[in-house]
Amino acid sequence: MLSKEIRKDFPILDQEINGYPLVYLDSAATSQKPRQVIEAITNYYKYDNSNVHRGVHTLGNRATEGYEGAREKVRKFINAKSTQEVIFMRGATTALNTVAQGYGRQNVEEGDEIVITHMEHHSNIIPWQQLAKEKGAILKYVDLEEDGTLSLDKVRETVTDRTKIVSIMYVSNVLGTMNPIKEITEIAHAHGAIMVVDGAQAAPHLKIDVQKLDCDFLAFSGHKMCGPTGIGVLYGKKDLLNKMEPVEFGGEMIDFVGLYESTWKELPWKFEGGTPIIAGAIGLGAAIDYLEQIGLDEIEKHEHELAGYAMDRMSSIEGLTIYGPKDPGKRAGLVTFNLDNVHPHDVATVLDMNGIAVRAGHHCAQPLMKWLDVSATARASFYLYNTEEDVDRLVEGLRIAKEYFE
Amino acid sequence: MPTNKLDQLYRSVIMDHYKSPRNKGVLKDNNVTVDMNNPTCGDVIHLTLQVEDGIVKDAKFEGEGCSISMASASMMTQIIKNKDIDTAVHYAHLFSDMMLGKEIDDSIDLGDIEALSGVAKFPARIKCATLGWKAMEKGLGSDSDN
Repeated sequence: MLSKEIRKDFPILDQEINGYPLVYLDSAATSQKPRQVIEAITNYYKYDNSNVHRGVHTLGNRATEGYEGAREKVRKFINAKSTQEVIFMRGATTALNTVAQGYGRQNVEEGDEIVITHMEHHSNIIPWQQLAKEKGAILKYVDLEEDGTLSLDKVRETVTDRTKIVSIMYVSNVLGTMNPIKEITEIAHAHGAIMVVDGAQAAPHLKIDVQKLDCDFLAFSGHKMCGPTGIGVLYGKKDLLNKMEPVEFGGEMIDFVGLYESTWKELPWKFEGGTPIIAGAIGLGAAIDYLEQIGLDEIEKHEHELAGYAMDRMSSIEGLTIYGPKDPGKRAGLVTFNLDNVHPHDVATVLDMNGIAVRAGHHCAQPLMKWLDVSATARASFYLYNTEEDVDRLVEGLRIAKEYFE
Repeated sequence: MPTNKLDQLYRSVIMDHYKSPRNKGVLKDNNVTVDMNNPTCGDVIHLTLQVEDGIVKDAKFEGEGCSISMASASMMTQIIKNKDIDTAVHYAHLFSDMMLGKEIDDSIDLGDIEALSGVAKFPARIKCATLGWKAMEKGLGSDSDN
């Protein structure tokens, strides 16, 4: 377990909600932000704010250094070969849409296949639905195993030589399943397809190495990993990005603009039209510094332990169903569940009255809810600042909910 | 634990409607059917009405959702039975006002529905409470705010 001292870095945790000390168990929706990140953003606006890549003046240089310095931090964080492969975007959703529109439109034709799975978040379903509709392509789903994991055999059965794109989440935001991305990438490549990874739930919690995974694209958001909202990253292999057309056009991304023709800047800027998300990138850079100083391996271990403890304790509650892999070693730090005869909204309201924040609903994964045959679920998700005491409070809250509705 | 605040939301009459919903099911000789869902949380309702000469003769609902949404739908079907369309829609507007925390005309007896007034203090749950009413307004051809 990580030290409880970490909690002191997160000012928001030090408050009472409905008369109880806050227990924040909704980090899979968005994480809280440490003082270090908040200060980096504040300091940027207080001392360095300026537009980037154009100022001759000192503030312009400082802002550019901060912004491009953050890009180098991201490059190192995911072990990309070059900062040209790191594009700042609004979040994972925008990044996935950019791949679908930029790469997909150029490369997918009628009758081609796009392969995703039943556990995907809406942001990794709808961009492909739209692309498939536009192109007359076929969207295929890899079915899940009973415990909510993916079988490589089923991936092999689904991916064919007609498959152009395989797009799969690294870690499930509902089941907690950690998918074998490296192996799936090998299967995709063997058929000449590219591999897109939705890393939104992975980047905050485990060490990602894009070269080891050999994936072609990776998308993730800053706000789930201690960074601010409104900033995310699209990683792409340089040769693919070079061939890809930009999706947004305007200032910042151009090289030469004529009356009827224009040319683009080189990578990564050709994908960053308009004044970029400067403070967001600087905040994300500070978040990466913060996470690396604690250690991604340590964070992952901490979450595994907490999830294991939570599953143990929650299993003792009669009528409580936990979804996803039963083996805590196979799942990330979140537990999605339902309590018999109590709707997840009611569970969440009772918990909130006890100072505990959890998510209730379909978690932007309606096809997965259908697969689970439920209309909604409740989810407790953990991060580096959560403790065993938080889990104990959750279990106590669940007992109260159960009693109240019985 | 703050049962008092919880009790403001989950009044016993609400729990009663949740556990023993009135008018649950599907009307066979319906002439109005409405399916509606709450996309942010996955609640669904299937409402069937029998309307004759401008009067709601019968109403039934089926659905899946939390205690608030199901109890509210149950109460809604109760109050609109044998009312004319304008009155039923007027009730929906009153209910909407109640959810916004507005004062409601005392002279109107809303019966069990008054128990739902506490929902106004739980902003995240207002959409749960209004689902059935929105479906009814839509079914009666008066979903002006949608």
